[in-house]
Amino acid sequence: MLERMSGALALVGSRTITALQGMGQAWALLMASAASLRNADVWMPHLLPQMARVGVASVPIALFIATFTGIVMSLQASYTLTGTIPVYFVGTLVGKTMILELGPVLTALTLAGRVGANISAELGTMRVTEQVDALETLAYDPLAYLVVPRVLAAILMFPIVVLLAISLGIGSGWLTALQLLDMSSPEFVKGLRLFFQPWDVWFAVIKSVSFGAVVTGVGCYFGLRTERGAEGVGRSATRTVVVASMLILCLDAFWAATLL
Amino acid sequence: MSIRLLDVEKAFGPKEVLRGFSLGVEDGETAAIVGPSGSGKSVLLKHVVGLLRPDAGSIVVDGAAVPELDRRGLARLRQGIGYVFQFAALFDSMTIAENVGMGLRRMPGWDPRRIGRRVEECLALVELSGMGDRYPAQLSGGQRKRAGLARAIAPSPKYLLYDEPTTGLDPVTTSVIDRLILRMRDELGVTGLVVTHDMTSAFRVADRITLLHGGRARFTGTPSEVRAASDPVLRGFVEGDPDLYYGAGWENEGMHSGGHDHGA
Repeated sequence: MLERMSGALALVGSRTITALQGMGQAWALLMASAASLRNADVWMPHLLPQMARVGVASVPIALFIATFTGIVMSLQASYTLTGTIPVYFVGTLVGKTMILELGPVLTALTLAGRVGANISAELGTMRVTEQVDALETLAYDPLAYLVVPRVLAAILMFPIVVLLAISLGIGSGWLTALQLLDMSSPEFVKGLRLFFQPWDVWFAVIKSVSFGAVVTGVGCYFGLRTERGAEGVGRSATRTVVVASMLILCLDAFWAATLL
Repeated sequence: MSIRLLDVEKAFGPKEVLRGFSLGVEDGETAAIVGPSGSGKSVLLKHVVGLLRPDAGSIVVDGAAVPELDRRGLARLRQGIGYVFQFAALFDSMTIAENVGMGLRRMPGWDPRRIGRRVEECLALVELSGMGDRYPAQLSGGQRKRAGLARAIAPSPKYLLYDEPTTGLDPVTTSVIDRLILRMRDELGVTGLVVTHDMTSAFRVADRITLLHGGRARFTGTPSEVRAASDPVLRGFVEGDPDLYYGAGWENEGMHSGGHDHGA
C-alpha cells in the first residue's frame, strides 16, 4: 500500500517536474524568438509566403465550419427562444455567440489541427533530418528563419480569417432564419443590432491574435524539440494539437474574465 | 594549431559519450576520427561547430573558444566552417542550386548573379553540373552527399567537417567522395576533420588518424603508424576483429558501445 502510494507520488512529482521544465523551455524559446526579431533580413522574405500558408490556405476550412455553425446556431436559437421571447432574439444570439465565442474559438481549434500540426510535422522532420542543424552551420539563426515568420504570419492572419468566419457564420444564420424560420430580414437585423457593441469585434480580434501566437508557437516548440525519427514527428504533431487546443480554451476563459 | 580539443567531456543523462577527449588538427591537414557506430564521433564534430556545448573541456577553433561564443560570434565562426552532414541534410523544399547558395545569401556583397556563378562552380567541382534545378528527392545517395559537399564548400570555408561522408555508399562512389575530400585539401587548402568508421576511406584521405574509444582518443598516428600499431583495440577496429576490439569472451559479456576501456 505504502509502496503504491510512494510510486504514485513519484509519478506526480516527475510529471510536475517535466511540465515545469517544458514551461521553462517554452519561455526560453519565446525570449530567444523575440530576440531573433532583430534579424529582419532573415525572416522578412518568408513572412508573405507564411501568411499565405497560415492564413489564405486556411480560409476554406474556416468558412466551411463557420457556415454550418451559423446554420445550427440559428436553428437552435429559434428552438430555445419560445413563448413570449421575441423571435428577433435569434439574430442577437447568432451575432453575439459568433462574434464573442464560436467564430474565434472554433476557427482557432480547427487551425490548431491544420496549421499547428503542419508546422510541428514540418519542423520536426527538419529537426530529425538535421536540416535545422544545417541552417545553423550555414550561419542562419533558425529561430529567425523558422519560428518568427510563422508566428508573425499567424498573428497577422488569424484575425482576418476569424473575421471572415464570423461574417459568414452570421450570414448563414441570417439565410437560415429567412428560409427555415419564417423570419424577415428586418427582424434578424433588429436582433443583430440590439446588443451589438463595436468592442465585441475588438474582443474577437484580440482573442484571435493570441490564438494565432499560441497555435504557431506551440507547433514550433514541439517541432523543434522532436526526437527519434518518424515516430517522434507524429508524437510532436499530436502533442501540438492537444496542447494548443487546451491553451486556446484556457486563453478563452482568461480573456472573458479580463476583458468582458 | 587550428582546431584544438582538450579534455572534452559530454554526457546525455547517465550516458557518458565523451570522457576527456583531446585532439589537435594543424592548418591544412586532414584528420580522421575513427570509431564504431555510437562511439560519439558525430557528437564530437557537433561540438567543433558549436551545435553542442561540452560539459567540460575546451574547444578552440581558429583561435576562438567555441563554447564561450555568443550567437553572433558563433555565426561569424560558422561562416568559415563547412559541415558535410551524414545524410546530407539538404533542405528538401529547395532545389540543389538553392541549397548550395544558402550559405552565400548570408554573406555581404553576394548578389544573385554572383551566387549563381559560384553555385555552378561548386556543382562542377563535385561533378553535379546541370543538376541545380533538381530537388534532393530526385538525387541518389551519392549525389546527395556531393550536393551536401558543394553546399559546404560554397562559402569557401577555411575548415571542412565531414560526418561519415562515405557511409552507405558503394565502393566507387566512396572513392569519388574520397577524391573530393583530397581535392579540398590539395587545391583549396582546406583544413579537414573527417569522422568515419570506414577505415579504407580514412587511410585514403587522412594525414592523421585518431581512434575514439571509450570517450577518449585511444591512438593518434599517421596512416602508416596506424597500420603498424600493436594496440589490440586499434588492430581489432582496423581489421574488423571483435575478439581483439572488445576482448576475448565479449560474446558472453555482451557488446558495449565503444568497447571496453583498455586503459588507454
